[in-house]
Amino acid sequence: MSYVLSGHVRDEIEHWKARFPEGRQRSAVISALHAIQHENHGYVTAEQMNAVAEYLDLPTIQVYEVATFYSMFQTEEVGRHNVAICTNISCMLRGADDIVEHVESKLGITTGESTGDGRIYLKKEEECLAACCGAPMMMVDHKYHENLTTDQVDEILDGLD
Amino acid sequence: MTATKVYVPRETSAVSVGADEVAVAIAREAKQSGTSIELIRNGSWGATWLEPLVEVEVDGARIAYGNVSEEDVPAMFAAGLLEGGEHKRRLGPIMEVGYLIRQDRWTCWRCGLIDPLSLQDFRLHQGFNALEKAFAEGPDAVLDSVTESGLRGRGGAGFPTGIKWRTVAETDADQKYIACNADEGDSGTFSDRMLMEGDPLGLIESMAIAGYAVGASKGYIYLRSEYPLTYAILTRALETARDSGWLGDNIQGSGFDFDIELHLGAGSYVCGEETAMLESLEGKKGIVRYKPPLPAHEGLFGKPTVVNNVITLASVPNIVNLGGERYAGMGVNRSKGTLAFQLAGNIKRGGLVEKSFGVTLRELIDDWGGGTASGRPVKAVQVGGPLGAYIPAAQLDTPLDYEAFVDIGAMIGHGGIVVFDDTADMAQQARFAMEFCAIESCGKCTPCRIGSTRGVEVIDRMIAGEKREENYDLLVELCDTMEDASLCAMGGMTPYPVRSVLKHFAEDFASSGGDR
Repeated sequence: MSYVLSGHVRDEIEHWKARFPEGRQRSAVISALHAIQHENHGYVTAEQMNAVAEYLDLPTIQVYEVATFYSMFQTEEVGRHNVAICTNISCMLRGADDIVEHVESKLGITTGESTGDGRIYLKKEEECLAACCGAPMMMVDHKYHENLTTDQVDEILDGLD
Repeated sequence: MTATKVYVPRETSAVSVGADEVAVAIAREAKQSGTSIELIRNGSWGATWLEPLVEVEVDGARIAYGNVSEEDVPAMFAAGLLEGGEHKRRLGPIMEVGYLIRQDRWTCWRCGLIDPLSLQDFRLHQGFNALEKAFAEGPDAVLDSVTESGLRGRGGAGFPTGIKWRTVAETDADQKYIACNADEGDSGTFSDRMLMEGDPLGLIESMAIAGYAVGASKGYIYLRSEYPLTYAILTRALETARDSGWLGDNIQGSGFDFDIELHLGAGSYVCGEETAMLESLEGKKGIVRYKPPLPAHEGLFGKPTVVNNVITLASVPNIVNLGGERYAGMGVNRSKGTLAFQLAGNIKRGGLVEKSFGVTLRELIDDWGGGTASGRPVKAVQVGGPLGAYIPAAQLDTPLDYEAFVDIGAMIGHGGIVVFDDTADMAQQARFAMEFCAIESCGKCTPCRIGSTRGVEVIDRMIAGEKREENYDLLVELCDTMEDASLCAMGGMTPYPVRSVLKHFAEDFASSGGDR
């Protein structure tokens, strides 16, 4: 195996293992993937998943299935800034679809894709982020932006390095 | 001279409209003018439309200023902000803001009021009094109070909390758990988030009370990963509680051991379903379990588990403090107490409104919400998240009461209220319901997994005008199948919004193109 879990990831896994009963190390899988993805520019590789499985003494499928089930995990390389536009009902009512369209044409990609320069990953439609009073909204690298207009969106996206 | 207290919320919605920048500007202005202030980052009062909402304490009263921007701050200082001076942003004393004073704040009463991360402030506002009272009176007294209160699950299902707790209490096991469901994913809902950000120690106390009542020594909070600020606040609050002996072994010398772990989800709507959430806590895909066994008998790791929503749990301390009877005295019929309703969508004044059951949709939308943001008439209201029915304007006088909503084919769910004006195309909303189910279905049962995809296709054909009557019958039959044969509420309730559109807004199908 060529990939070795970093000290930080191993610490995270141990931290979470200790928080669940003996023999229930499987509960640490989600946290392990969060930690690796954070270190690995927003996605996890098959090698990394294999390493988690080996470390936790689990069949690899148990790690693969978690990584592919949850929308927060990416299993292919993505742009370094995560842009997620909410398109659920409150946002949709206040123009989220226009925001998505604007961003898609501005970046020349569709949701679920990354820009060619590796700058931005436009997440596949985001479900409700509980900021309904400030609709339409988007989350950029864990920061909420509300009451969006296309001008503001331009400013925010242009400000990403 | 003591420092003047200035409150600026540190709550996701307030922060996203500039509260952090306002706080920095206030600190800077105070420094420049050589005045001493104590900047407190409180939670939100829930008047989201007024955020960032700044308060200044003057002679014991808190003077509020609404929609404050970074640019406003110098002028506000010049106008005597620290003395509560007049300015176009000034709203007056917070306790006189109409949106807030007409509420029945039982569960969210500390949100906005206190510094969420100050143990001292929490204790000053009755924090941990209920846990102490529970220790003094014993687990049975807590179970009796909760049962007597008539409290029902606020996550959506409305199951009586007292019965659930007693079932766990009476099940023998070497280990039991409290699992707090904070995977708030319903569109139009944010009350869990506001409570966790505004009163995290209150949630910790609530879980400890639950643990004490049923004999559980361990609690887990399953928090959706989309709430990074909530995670940070809860993490700090848990450390504070542990450091001060309110979590851990032998809490305050009571002999009761209890600790809480904060676990992050990873993006999955269905994990809000209690058994899918337990699977996820076990490190698996969020796939729904068959019931029985009930989680109260065999829940997390096969042990008896109380699974409760944030708001359900947070309603308990006051029930213990003030008595179940007091809570049961509010509300109507079998819907006792209060619910933290959330107003969103096409509405002028969105936010959180905690009211006793029995209030009508019209009162909430007009008296609090101020009508639609567009100023156009209300066409429909969706209550209870993406699986809730669309209620037509003609039924806005229906009182918010679990059973009254069932009678009109709707549900209250987690109390999210999303308003649509007369420009909304309800046929598209019916399609959205099926599409949402198709995306979020866990895939375990066929009616939900396949039915939702077929539902989108049938609705698309209806919208396109293909064999409308035939497809209408097919859609009704599909709804029957999904409702009767799905494993959980995901597939079982997706037909609610669809049927409501067929029943109340059928003309929206006819108005789009097609051959008939």
